[in-house]
Amino acid sequence: MEKLLEIKNLEVSFQTYGGTVKAVRGVSFDLHKGETLAIVGESGSGKSVTSQSIMKLIPMPPGHISGGQILLNGDDIVPKTEKQMEKIRGKEISMIFQDPMTSLNPTMKIGNQITEGLIKHQNMSKQDAKNRAIELLRLVGIPMPEKRVNQYPHEFSGGMRQRAMIAIALAANPKLLIADEPTTALDVTIQAQILELMKDLQSKMDTSIIFITHDLGVVANVADRVAVMYAGQIVEMGTVDEIFYDPRHPYTWGLLASMPSVDSDHSADLAAIPGTPPDLTNPPKGDAFAARNSYALAIDFEEEPPMFQISETHFAKTWLLHPDAPKVEPPEAVKKRIRQLSSTFEKPVLVKEGK
Amino acid sequence: MSEKLLEIKNLKQHFNVGRPNMIKAVDGITFDIYKGETLGLVGESGCGKSTTGRTIIRLYDATDGQVLFEGEDVHGKKSAKELKKFNRKMQMIFQDPYASLNPRMTVADIIAEGIDIHGLAKSKKERMERVYELLETVGLNKEHANRYPHEFSGGQRQRIGIARALAVDPDFIIADEPISALDVSIQAQVVNLMKKLQREKGLTYLFIAHDLSMVKYISDRIGVMYFGKLVELAPAEDLYNNPMHLYTQSLLSAIPLPDPETERSRRRKSYDPAVHNYAENENLEMREITPGHFVYCSDKEYEQLKVQYSN
Repeated sequence: MEKLLEIKNLEVSFQTYGGTVKAVRGVSFDLHKGETLAIVGESGSGKSVTSQSIMKLIPMPPGHISGGQILLNGDDIVPKTEKQMEKIRGKEISMIFQDPMTSLNPTMKIGNQITEGLIKHQNMSKQDAKNRAIELLRLVGIPMPEKRVNQYPHEFSGGMRQRAMIAIALAANPKLLIADEPTTALDVTIQAQILELMKDLQSKMDTSIIFITHDLGVVANVADRVAVMYAGQIVEMGTVDEIFYDPRHPYTWGLLASMPSVDSDHSADLAAIPGTPPDLTNPPKGDAFAARNSYALAIDFEEEPPMFQISETHFAKTWLLHPDAPKVEPPEAVKKRIRQLSSTFEKPVLVKEGK
Repeated sequence: MSEKLLEIKNLKQHFNVGRPNMIKAVDGITFDIYKGETLGLVGESGCGKSTTGRTIIRLYDATDGQVLFEGEDVHGKKSAKELKKFNRKMQMIFQDPYASLNPRMTVADIIAEGIDIHGLAKSKKERMERVYELLETVGLNKEHANRYPHEFSGGQRQRIGIARALAVDPDFIIADEPISALDVSIQAQVVNLMKKLQREKGLTYLFIAHDLSMVKYISDRIGVMYFGKLVELAPAEDLYNNPMHLYTQSLLSAIPLPDPETERSRRRKSYDPAVHNYAENENLEMREITPGHFVYCSDKEYEQLKVQYSN
């Protein structure tokens, strides 16, 4: 498959009064055409900052891309100017935000918010753009689009606003769509509709999607591949089956175990991950997760773990995969999920030294 | 089942009564809450589940109906003294741990507010000891007492909210989406804490949420609300295994589960209230189909469900 986006060793930091916050600390991944990559992690893990860096939407200053490359079709966008970025935003890459209540302009008609991008990027005439807007609203499943196009956001319900946002994002046929928690503010039934809509549109338009969420149920529903982020780094990455049926990183175990499953026992406690994420002004020495990790080895407090490869597509950043590491059993709730996957290598291969 | 702690009888909460934009947020619901149990209340936003919680604790005055707490009506006319007695027994934990703590008060003052109002501490020393004890109960420590809410993370603030609710030794706690604003790994911490407190203090919970998998985990029984009405009420397991009302079935079919294989084969059901095709004068009410499993239905549907599930 063709690569649309390559991120190499991306580092993003923010200058604050308390010091420099290293929000993203060396993130690398690829995204193929027509693929959905889900990024999961807690708030503050750097998932939103990573995605906003791809569109260069982080405020600079205080934000700063301190290293790495973002290659869109082989072209590095990190050094691009604001003017050049305007040509990319909305046309090549567009974004759906979490909160449809605050990310639409309340003083502009929905139709004008859709046509704005069309007129700017595709030099469409006003009338053509309006017709296209109606067509887009119909595509995202809004009834009576001819009437809706002239309405304001406050006349739409939450789910309808999110559909309108998707219509705006798709207006110029972008190659990459970044969805930052697009369904978190919605009810489950509406969420299910929006997810179905996104999958349907993706198959029609062959768009690649980066889907940011912390809901593992949603991940299982939409993703082809999954990247798990913790404290500004990708700690595990693999296909959706590899992450859910053969997770290797203790943080992924923790996430999976902390969700109640349908057949989980009521009297037993949930396996919560103790503590809170580390402060990224002074990232801890060694593995950032070590302090919350009941599987932490002595070396985790000393040296950052390297990346190990478990299959063609599966990577995990933990010392537990080192040949000298003791054999450990994942928590009960995770053990129940584990299956033998055919693509797994005989032995994990070390691919990148930790720093 | 043990004795009833709370009986809610035909409770109605209408807003803008008499005006054209009248909203029937809660429209005649009836259920009981037993001592020591957790009753989950689920439904989409706007279905009236939070309004139900707030009306029970009398943050709103009910339009009609009764809320009986240990046999006494909460909404009957009451002197300030009598109301205070209720407020000690019933407490609430709110959804947003950022908005529900006063930013200008220290944690100690937030937690001790109830203690002060009800005069539960005889001296300053006793008051602080009680605060320290509560902080420890919810997994925080003494040093936190003199800090302000902004110095805490979301999970910690929710713990402060729980400590505040516990300060007056209540019997019954209404938790209105207590974990919705928290991260997954922190949600489990707060849920475990709530379960631990229930075991130790014999608390009764009304747990309002829209995250159905968490509700199932924490609840003994679950009520499903739709447009101001309770449409189904059943033991948690039973509701998930045998959802009877069409709306419950549609709601359950929409929850994404953390399992890629089931997700790939997911069949979502949609719910259209028109399928019931109720006649105007039909007698709609909650009826018991199997022991403990109630469904809001008409006479005709009752007969059908009875046949369908009576094996």
